[in-house]
Amino acid sequence: MKILAIDSSGLVATVAVLEDDELIAEYTVNYKKTHSETLLPMLDEIKSMINLDLSEIDAIAVTKGPGSFTGLRIGSATVKGLAYALNVPIISVPTVDALSMNLWGSDKLIVPVMDARREQVYTGIYEFAGGEHTCILEQDALSVEDLCKKINDLSREVILLGDAVPVYKDKFDELIKVPHSYAPANMNRQKASSLGVLAFEYFRKGLTESAFDHKPEYLRLSQAERERMERQ
Amino acid sequence: MENVTILAIESSCDETAAAVVRNGRDVLSNVIYSQIDLHTVYGGVVPEIASRKHIEKVTQVVDKALSDASLTLKEIDAIAVTYGPGLVGALLVGVSFAKSLSFATGIPLIGVHHIEGHICANYIENKELKPPFMALVVSGGHTHLVKVADYGEYEILGRTRDDAAGEAFDKVARAIGLGYPGGPKVDKVSKEGNPDAIVFPKAKVNDSVYDFSFSGLKSAVLNYLNQAQMKDETINVADVAASFQKAVVDVLVEHTIQAAGEYGFKEIALAGGVASNSSLRSAMEEACKKRGLTLYRPSPIFCTDNAAMIGVAGYYEYIKGNRSDFHLNAVPSLKLGER
Repeated sequence: MKILAIDSSGLVATVAVLEDDELIAEYTVNYKKTHSETLLPMLDEIKSMINLDLSEIDAIAVTKGPGSFTGLRIGSATVKGLAYALNVPIISVPTVDALSMNLWGSDKLIVPVMDARREQVYTGIYEFAGGEHTCILEQDALSVEDLCKKINDLSREVILLGDAVPVYKDKFDELIKVPHSYAPANMNRQKASSLGVLAFEYFRKGLTESAFDHKPEYLRLSQAERERMERQ
Repeated sequence: MENVTILAIESSCDETAAAVVRNGRDVLSNVIYSQIDLHTVYGGVVPEIASRKHIEKVTQVVDKALSDASLTLKEIDAIAVTYGPGLVGALLVGVSFAKSLSFATGIPLIGVHHIEGHICANYIENKELKPPFMALVVSGGHTHLVKVADYGEYEILGRTRDDAAGEAFDKVARAIGLGYPGGPKVDKVSKEGNPDAIVFPKAKVNDSVYDFSFSGLKSAVLNYLNQAQMKDETINVADVAASFQKAVVDVLVEHTIQAAGEYGFKEIALAGGVASNSSLRSAMEEACKKRGLTLYRPSPIFCTDNAAMIGVAGYYEYIKGNRSDFHLNAVPSLKLGER
């Protein structure tokens, strides 16, 4: 079974092709070009590099959110177009869950943090208990203070990763009272392969969507909706 | 030449639209999902809300366009998509979807200019219309007087220096309590009013013959309302609306007729959402009749943002051999005539 996985939820654009237990190709770019300029050319490059016959793809995986609103929509529109044209299902995986897969097998608590602006991070807490990828705190938008409090309450060693690490590192160092460390460059940003591995699990559980149903989960209202609710 | 069938996608503002057009003139399907109700409570289009709705609707709209035309993707020769100008987040939905459709199927991709689409809407119901002609494009976001030299060849003679005509309609409608969207509401209430009741300044620009400026006119209306309020006078909403509308329409007609005369064009085409305005239509008709000019204007369904017009423009790009590659990006302030 073949899965094409795509993530453009943050600054990184990443694309991978997985076949069962093997990663066939992965292409990740962390560079200041818009996803609209990078994503399709990257897909095209991967396709020709591995002589990929698109009709052999069984499902398209994407991170459903949270993330940059525009980034999520570029990813979502891209997978919807692919899934519609190829007549295959979409598997959408929570972005923070996919990030936590980068640290598969860690004996520490895994805490992905994505910069959500407005002094918040998109985050969650995960562990590998008895070889199972388990979610302790589901993905949510939290203030750095609230997250650090939750981490301290768990009284266990943690490892953090994600694009909010460079933004809030000083604050984490100050507020986290348990032993903590940060993932190195080879695993600290979105990787389409991590998404793809989770996508196989979702597929086995029948957790798929169609090109018609799929939409991102932003975890936040638009500014206009928020302000309107505050006024009421 | 064999039939050329184009699937077109448009998502530049608050309409999610797809259409199938054959040979640039025959519309086989034209699907428009309008989000207007979602934006009404905000008094205008909210870009983030528009973008979110586009992503929910894009597949449905494209699928319906194909099924209404009784076609499948296999029978499509090219995919045309609006890539500017417009709201960047909204444009990106259509552009990203069109690109991946093209990638997955191998069908060529053509990026289309939104205003070019509006002008090309005139070809749908007027099979005899061919360039050159003069076009006036007026909508919520655009006011352009354009010399259409040939298919795909445009020269902008005049544009707005500030607000678009439709924008002025929205702002004035809000000020006199008509609500959003302003264009149709002002048009309707004006029918009950006297267009000569109040003399508002014309939307002219001193140093340019064909440019427009509507913010001064809008301010004049707001001043009039403020003064009436201070003097505790009740205003006649229909008179204000009709007088404001006349000031807008007069300058649009005047510039268009003058330009047609200067460049020797016998044909004039209206385009864009405001081309549905009944006062503009009748004033332009009258002015054209007086001078022996032929006036073209699309039916309202092709005046509003739609994808059929993008399919028409896409066809003329297609037969010229123009194609876009996978680097195609949304360009929110794309200029007419640029590629």
